[in-house]
Amino acid sequence: MAKAGTKEKPEILLDIRNLRIEARVFPPGEAPRDITIVDDVSLTLKRGKVLGLIGESGAGKSTIGLSSMGYGRGGCRITGGEVILNGRDVLKGGKQGFRKLRGREVCYVAQSAAAAFNPAHRLMDQVVEAALLHGVASRAEAEKRAIALFKKLSLPDPQNIGKRFPHQVSGGQLQRVMTAMALCSEPDMIVFDEPTTALDVTTQIDVLAAIKDAIRDTGVAALYITHDLAVVAQVADEIMVLRHGKLVEWGGTRQIIKEPRQDYTRALVSVHQIEHQEKKPGTKPFLSVKNVTATYGGGVVKVLKNVTVDIFPGQTLAVVGESGSGKSTLARAITGLLPPMEGSITFSGRKLANRLADRTKEDLRQLQMIYQMADVAMNPRQTVGTIIGRPLEFYFGMRGKERDRRVTELLEKIEMGKGFIDRYPAELSGGQKQRVCIARALAAKPTLIICDEVTSALDPLVAHGILNLLLDLQQEEGVAYLFITHDLATVKSIADSIAVMYRGEVVRYGAKSEVLRPPFDAYTDLLLSSVPEMEIGWLEKAIKGRRMESAGN
Amino acid sequence: MSSPILTLVAQRIALGLLLLLAVSVLIFAGTQILPGDVAQSILGQSATPASLANLREELGLNDPAYIRYFRWLGGVVTGDLGTALSSRQDIATSIGGRLWNTLFLAFWAAVVSVPLAIILGLLAVRYRNGFVDKLISGLALASTSLPEFFIGYLLVYFFAVKMQWFPGISTVYDGMPFGERMAAIALPATALTLVVLAHMMRMTRAAILNVMQSAYVETAELKGLSAFDVIRKHAFPNAIAPIINVVMLNLAFLIVGVVVVEVIFVYPGMGQYLVDHVSKRDVPVVQAVGLIFAAVYIGLNIIADIAAIIANPRLRHPK
Repeated sequence: MAKAGTKEKPEILLDIRNLRIEARVFPPGEAPRDITIVDDVSLTLKRGKVLGLIGESGAGKSTIGLSSMGYGRGGCRITGGEVILNGRDVLKGGKQGFRKLRGREVCYVAQSAAAAFNPAHRLMDQVVEAALLHGVASRAEAEKRAIALFKKLSLPDPQNIGKRFPHQVSGGQLQRVMTAMALCSEPDMIVFDEPTTALDVTTQIDVLAAIKDAIRDTGVAALYITHDLAVVAQVADEIMVLRHGKLVEWGGTRQIIKEPRQDYTRALVSVHQIEHQEKKPGTKPFLSVKNVTATYGGGVVKVLKNVTVDIFPGQTLAVVGESGSGKSTLARAITGLLPPMEGSITFSGRKLANRLADRTKEDLRQLQMIYQMADVAMNPRQTVGTIIGRPLEFYFGMRGKERDRRVTELLEKIEMGKGFIDRYPAELSGGQKQRVCIARALAAKPTLIICDEVTSALDPLVAHGILNLLLDLQQEEGVAYLFITHDLATVKSIADSIAVMYRGEVVRYGAKSEVLRPPFDAYTDLLLSSVPEMEIGWLEKAIKGRRMESAGN
Repeated sequence: MSSPILTLVAQRIALGLLLLLAVSVLIFAGTQILPGDVAQSILGQSATPASLANLREELGLNDPAYIRYFRWLGGVVTGDLGTALSSRQDIATSIGGRLWNTLFLAFWAAVVSVPLAIILGLLAVRYRNGFVDKLISGLALASTSLPEFFIGYLLVYFFAVKMQWFPGISTVYDGMPFGERMAAIALPATALTLVVLAHMMRMTRAAILNVMQSAYVETAELKGLSAFDVIRKHAFPNAIAPIINVVMLNLAFLIVGVVVVEVIFVYPGMGQYLVDHVSKRDVPVVQAVGLIFAAVYIGLNIIADIAAIIANPRLRHPK
């Protein structure tokens, strides 16, 4: 609006040529060195179009997106190439030039809006801040525009939601408020950096639809960054596949998902389904959760209501539901971290003590856990050998050579090999870290491993590898899994039976084939229909066919 | 104001009162452990067993300790701090004027040092690891490392003796004109400022640097805000709680820890009063001053706690 009429706007909004970005890394025990994050990437974005950038973590997607604003995160430096925005090379503009375009010509929507909003200020003040700073509008105008945007993004109570603080608004709503914040100063382009990745699958679909409508109605151009091809297929006109900072393939959305030309793209498009034959439930479960009710705050908040499930030897029970449904609380109740208020947990025919402190070492050994965040579940100052060796010492009293031999065996089981024994967690990739956590759980020779969202933080191809490993280990060791996840594709690949949880209750429970066979209850239907499919036009169809609203977490 | 805040604030105040009560017990017990008693101190060399016994009877020193404690506490609560042994004057009256002098000095030292420390801290973050940061940190560290009596004498040497801008002895009296009073406290206030500045500045810097890694700081940078605005508007409000805490600790020091500075400048405040009476072994005065200092310390820390609670939007605006 401010610049309109002063100059003819070029048709090509953003033209990145031969971009090269480097960063200095500080590997443990080595001298700092420079690595190349983005290597010779070129792209163009026409006014009003959406380009999806897709790739695994470390592919350089976000780095490229931020380069359009002249921003380098964590010591990234643009060392080569040109970034031509609205006809000028922004890299030559210096700090002042960057500040003028940030929040004015290009705005940014972060992955976690919950972290990206300042907890100390009201939403409205933050939403209009950039527009006021760049003199795009007066405060009254900007607030009016913000309210109109809140309405467009179907936020509840658009008149007053701006008066709230970030912590008073749910994650899915915050993500939409952040989109409104980006649109408020009427930029030419928005960088969406994984805007729905941190959301529940049922919420993701709402936010995705809101973003798509907003892009269409305002005519803003966008770089849409994600690792989920099915998501980007819903919003992008073109898709660019990146790997290790290099361009793999660039084409129209239909071409990329229907006729990929590169092997890597083909792998991305085809993954994830593992054919997993469901096992018949045995006659006798070894672990039974009976009518368990658990609360936080001394009975104030009921997070588990009368939950009953069975786990059979060597089989997998998947617990599915959105955040806040009580999945992880169920794990905490079984492990004794949160003693249930009512109900009981039976293990091998005897009742388990409610409290962790009352359980024997043998009980502890039988139940092991693997977590979502492998890097925070390991002591960064211990080597892989120490980490895996610890349960061997603790439960079996193994020492010296005997222990080392067993650690090597375990490392081979997780397909990593002896060479990793002296490495530190910081030297491992995300998938390798999760494998070490699996080995640590396995070291105790447990009957049950509780897997809490173990693949959620991993890239699809890596997650695929972890699932295969877990299935192989189940065959070899006969270990059972309680597999907690919000991702239904994963459930299909690994489960023998499924419990669907909603607001602390099990709403559907049974063998996998039964649970996934229609007719569905309303919530299971919502869950199933919310999983993005790699198909153009899926989003509109899914929204139309829904029978209930998501909780909006 | 909503109920969670009120509950928290009430809790803090109740805890503070409890703590003060515990301190009063400690102070009383401490002075009991000292050899000799008040009667002996009063009579000194001229004590005979008979006169000692009489005086003890008269002062109620033969009662058990807890009864004497509650008698003392009862007096304190009703504003009667007892009588000084050395001068036979009412302690509350003599402390009144001196406490006011100490607060006056502390107030002006705080008015200068708190904003200065915070602004320097913000600047240090803005130019972090650069020349300005190192200069600010270096000077602040140097001024803290120098003992306060040394800073005091340096100030006296340069500004009182050499340049003769301010008086070297900070005499104040009742009815003194405001301007003269300010000139009199200029040097001790400067000395105090230099002592407390670095601590607050470095805490401000550290607290803000701590939140500079947050995603919302990146959001602010990506809106095109200038580096200083990012720090001032987006980082500082989230670093306020630890800053308030260290500011309050230093304010408490300005009131309680001024002993040395007051002695150097012969300023008629609480510190001087305390030192005088410690050397005269005037136990009731030491008890009274100790209790007042403890009350100031606890009171300011309660204020810091409450301010930190109120600064937290999650508590101020519950879901």
